[in-house]
Amino acid sequence: MLRLRTIFLSFFRIGLFTFGGGYAMLPLIERELIVKRNWIDRGEFLDLLTLAQSVPGPIAVNTSVFVGYRMRGLRGAAAALLGTVLPSFAIILAIALFFAGIRENPTVDAAFKGMRPVVVALIIGPVISLSRGMHPALYAVIAASAVAVWHLRWSPVYVLAAAAACGIAYELFIAKKRLR
Amino acid sequence: MILLQLFLSYLKIGFFGFGGGYAMLSLIQNEVVVQHAWMSNAQFADIVAVSQITPGPIAINSATYVGYTVGLQAGGTLWGLLGSAIATFAVCLPSLTLMILVARFFMKLKGNRIVEGAMRGMRPAVIGMIAAAALLLIFPHNAAPGEENFIDNRSWALFAAALLGSWRKVNPILMIALSAVAGIVIYRIL
Repeated sequence: MLRLRTIFLSFFRIGLFTFGGGYAMLPLIERELIVKRNWIDRGEFLDLLTLAQSVPGPIAVNTSVFVGYRMRGLRGAAAALLGTVLPSFAIILAIALFFAGIRENPTVDAAFKGMRPVVVALIIGPVISLSRGMHPALYAVIAASAVAVWHLRWSPVYVLAAAAACGIAYELFIAKKRLR
Repeated sequence: MILLQLFLSYLKIGFFGFGGGYAMLSLIQNEVVVQHAWMSNAQFADIVAVSQITPGPIAINSATYVGYTVGLQAGGTLWGLLGSAIATFAVCLPSLTLMILVARFFMKLKGNRIVEGAMRGMRPAVIGMIAAAALLLIFPHNAAPGEENFIDNRSWALFAAALLGSWRKVNPILMIALSAVAGIVIYRIL
């Protein structure tokens, strides 16, 4: 039986190092949960990402609740959520209490100028590793949804709904005929 | 009373915050600045800046900070601590509830053809959305000067190095730590 403390500590580590929020935590989750602990496989990870985006709320929180629940039920979900939120909560509270002027510090500012492009590169990493092994026709779907959200500024909610509708249509009408 | 308002506001932010991250910003701004005037627009911008230099989702960061500030104004440090805990809990509550329902529901429905089809269709779209997030960070629609993520050729050099590192499976935490050091060396010391 997986210990709650292990779940908590894994997500605490993810929460502590998730700079840039949301998607920036993907490479960390990938490493912590798939490579290091083997808790979920790559296919499940994609399903999980899909779900985490279809449900409102911070992606980091959604992901941790789902994985925690899969591991140890309600207690696991609570342990994972606490682990994800605690670093952020404690650090912001400390800043609110003690270090109000930290953003103007030129050294902190310089560190951030260095980190920003690296965070972007770290987000692109999973795009490449997750696309690997997919049917080539699906690359068009990946590109189309990227352009729709980024350039056309469509809401991700609509793009996901449209993609889901296409997937259902494919499953019911095309995949079915092929079986016969 | 103010604590109840905090709770309800952040419950709302958590419940309607589709897309997570920066997609939630305008929602938070509307609640905190426009509706309740708990802080000025400039103070809100400060929180966004602080969120960028600290780990964690921006929704959580803002909930903790706003909760503390509002509580502090209402009744001192103890209320501040209480306010930060209440707001942070409230913003997580919809996620917690909905995600557990989805996890339960999804596990039972996992052989269902409609669910399978929907998941199959959404998978490439999700990858596309991650790509869109990266694209938006590289080519922002309307960023104020000095707020771009790529400011010069050295940014692109760091980007290329990190892409290579990510391909060679270098630990991302190590890369972020190294890039902070690199930033200090490049933009402060040199």
